[in-house]
Amino acid sequence: MTIAHETVLRQSHEEPHSLEYSTSGGRLKILGFWMFLATDLVLFGCLFATYLVVRTHAATGPTEGQLFDVPTFTAETLILLTSSFTCGLGTREMRRGSRGGAVSLLIITVLLGLSFVGLEVNEFVKYTSSGANVQTSAFLSAFFVLVGTHGCHVSMGILWMTSILLQLMVKGISQVTAPKVFVVGLYWHFLDVVWVYIYTVVYLMGVIK
Amino acid sequence: MLRGDVQPTPFFVTGDPMILASDVLIALTLVGIVAALTYFKKWKWLWREWLTTVDHKKIGIMYLIAALLMMFRGGVDAELMRTQLALPNGRLLQPEHYDQIFTTHGTVMILFMAMPFIFAMMNIAVPLQIGARDVAFPYLNAISFWMFFFGAMLLNLSFVIGGSPDAGWVSYPPLSETPFSPGPGENFYLLALQTSGIGSIATGINFLVTIFKMRAPGMTLMRMPLFVWSIIGTSVLIIFAFPALTVALALILFDRLMGAHFFTILQGGVPMMYINLFWIWGHPEVYIVILPAFGIFSEVVSTFSKKRTFGYSSMVASIMAISVISYLVWAHHFFTMGAGPGVNAFFAIASMCVGIPTGVKVFNWLFTMYQGRIRLTTAMMWAIGFIPNFAIGGATGIMLAAAPADYQYHNSYFLIAHFHQVLIGGVVYGMLAGMYYWWPKMFGFILDDRLGKAAFWLFNIGFYVCFLPQYQLGFMGMTRRIYTYPAGMGWTTLNLISTIGAYIMGIGFVFIVLDVLYSAWRGERDVTGDPWDARTLEWSLPSPAPHYNFAKIPVITARDAWWVAKQENHGKLNEPDEPIAPIHMPKNSGVPFLFALAFFVGGFGLVWEWYWLAALGLAGVLLCLVTRSWDYNTDYYVPVEEIEHTEMALRRSPT
Ligand code: HEM
Ligand SMILES: [Cu+2]
Repeated sequence: MTIAHETVLRQSHEEPHSLEYSTSGGRLKILGFWMFLATDLVLFGCLFATYLVVRTHAATGPTEGQLFDVPTFTAETLILLTSSFTCGLGTREMRRGSRGGAVSLLIITVLLGLSFVGLEVNEFVKYTSSGANVQTSAFLSAFFVLVGTHGCHVSMGILWMTSILLQLMVKGISQVTAPKVFVVGLYWHFLDVVWVYIYTVVYLMGVIK
Repeated sequence: MLRGDVQPTPFFVTGDPMILASDVLIALTLVGIVAALTYFKKWKWLWREWLTTVDHKKIGIMYLIAALLMMFRGGVDAELMRTQLALPNGRLLQPEHYDQIFTTHGTVMILFMAMPFIFAMMNIAVPLQIGARDVAFPYLNAISFWMFFFGAMLLNLSFVIGGSPDAGWVSYPPLSETPFSPGPGENFYLLALQTSGIGSIATGINFLVTIFKMRAPGMTLMRMPLFVWSIIGTSVLIIFAFPALTVALALILFDRLMGAHFFTILQGGVPMMYINLFWIWGHPEVYIVILPAFGIFSEVVSTFSKKRTFGYSSMVASIMAISVISYLVWAHHFFTMGAGPGVNAFFAIASMCVGIPTGVKVFNWLFTMYQGRIRLTTAMMWAIGFIPNFAIGGATGIMLAAAPADYQYHNSYFLIAHFHQVLIGGVVYGMLAGMYYWWPKMFGFILDDRLGKAAFWLFNIGFYVCFLPQYQLGFMGMTRRIYTYPAGMGWTTLNLISTIGAYIMGIGFVFIVLDVLYSAWRGERDVTGDPWDARTLEWSLPSPAPHYNFAKIPVITARDAWWVAKQENHGKLNEPDEPIAPIHMPKNSGVPFLFALAFFVGGFGLVWEWYWLAALGLAGVLLCLVTRSWDYNTDYYVPVEEIEHTEMALRRSPT
């Protein structure tokens, strides 16, 4: 808030910024969002810790090695990584002032996100229909909750990004919409980073003997 | 005790005559409030001025009122427990009822009394002290408040609907799992804490950004008041600790609602993981609430000693050191769990290290008072009373931190006495000091000193009478969470003394309430805005401050800026030599209230496993998010005439 406040205070001795940093409101939002990501990181950290503690506690259910399917999680990973790339390109288009470019890249990102979630839902359904669900063992509880929390984050991101790209279409690129695009991008990249850890800690460590 | 014979849980709790009586009282109070609001035509006022406000000062006041109410509720729980324990074989409360009461007492006092109290203080003081017009995200600030508020309501609701949780404020599994705690009580606990926890995380982020980005020009970090520094420490701790609580609670909820096996004994669950997660939050949490108290003591001691704080930089360094170390000591809450000598030794030594920066702070307060011109106002009394408390609390903490010795103390009344010594003697004393200190700034009148001191002495004496015997009871083998004890243990006299102390503290609390009522009626008005001849920026403003705080943002050239202005510049801050400009302010909004209400509805649905209601709540939450995201009309400019008019009315010429 208080653009006036800021202009009184800091005048214009700061570097020229890209559009999303051009208002004090935008700068505050972006900093605040970084801090939110820090809290989310701790949240995932705790889920990972729990997973690592119980990952060998398969009880009577299947173990990691018996469950995970290399092609599926590889596809999920490739799709999500690509979506992060398209999302980054979208931010770049936004900075260059190309609304069409930004919107279409964000749409591609959302579609990739949707196919990621689709694959993951499919994977979950496959496991549960083979009798491996949250109630089977501590390992499976932790697996579904860790990976599912990430999946919920991605779904939330899809809804959010859709809302933002609609706003871009309606309102155009401005000092108000630019930070929004940037922040949803940060969120998306963050989820990608978390996925890299899921990929390594859950899937790779799970299938490597 | 295993309650295998699951009966369908009645919706309304009716069995106990005491609960029934409070049901009636609550219903009557509600009817009374509704009738009064309608009769005085205050509904609109309530909505416009309070429920939709985004002004940090008003949000602070709402936090304060809520904290005092919750202190009353938790206090009643405490008096009931002490009454039960006053004599052997007490039969005032049934065992199940006693379990519920110690659970809600702890939960309410830490999450719904201490937390809102610190949020009250930081909302009231931080923006004013750094020369800002509001926090960085005023709208989010309102969300935080309402999330806290509805979380607190959800927990308190369990008292009359569904039954209170009874697995302790720490809610350890397997006790808190479905087989041992069937029924909705435990769910209330989990969802209430989850709801208010989201609000707390948002507050941590909000204040950190505020302090980093919204300071007046010239207010470098090392020129900030120490209270602001303490809020940096608290906010950082909130950001890194609260997500652990979120996860701990969520995982139990998965166990309870979906039949997962995180913390069950069956199917490979590990209950110890919960205990770790809980205390990874839990220990930082005790520092989250004590650091602001430290900050308040720094302000109060320096103001009422008429000296700048001794050792400012070492104060800053110790706040930061405490924030870091307190994150590395969590396992001292379960030395007896058997993690092995290596782990226990690490956590024992780390715990003892916290004593060092804390000691530095205590000595700095003492040196600030040394050779100062001390004025014994009520706020100062609370600050001075705190020092011996914390000396004892710190010393007993170090005793507990000696891992081998802790096998003896753990979960005895010695532990109970320790944490009450620091939580009451530190946090509550600090918050009351802050309340007496900033009260004129909030409300424009000063709390009566005579009544205030009477309250202080009653509370302080009652406090020692109540808790010193408990150390000894701990040595004599009395364990915590017992609902009664037989005669002939040798515990009777000390327990009776302790209960008398608790009653004296209760009377002390009544005196504080009397003080507020009396002073609202005839208290001295604060016409100068600076009743204490204080040192920091908030006292340069009229009391209460106008909603935009500063008509012009001052330029800061030194620590204790207002004191310097009074000494060197005839009480005028350096203000930019320009005419008043329109001020950019956030608009009020009802969405934060509705957003938290949606959480409340969804949470209530999950408590009863009514998933349709939970889905409805979630839909409400999403709707609020979208509404806000599409709202491009969130702020406005206060016109110059209005500012000039306000400043004129406050008798400050807007030159
Ligand atoms: C030098 C400082 C301190 C040290 C070394 C210390 C040490 C300890 C230890 C070792 C325990 C666990 C004992 C046991 O369960 O057997 C404990 C419990 C506790 N401490 Fe402290 N403490 C310190 C300061 C504080 C402060 C400042 C607060 C709060 C403001 C606090 C609040 C608590 C609480 C609430 C518990 C018990 C929680 C429970 O089991 O229900 N402590 N402390
Ligand atoms: Cu601790």
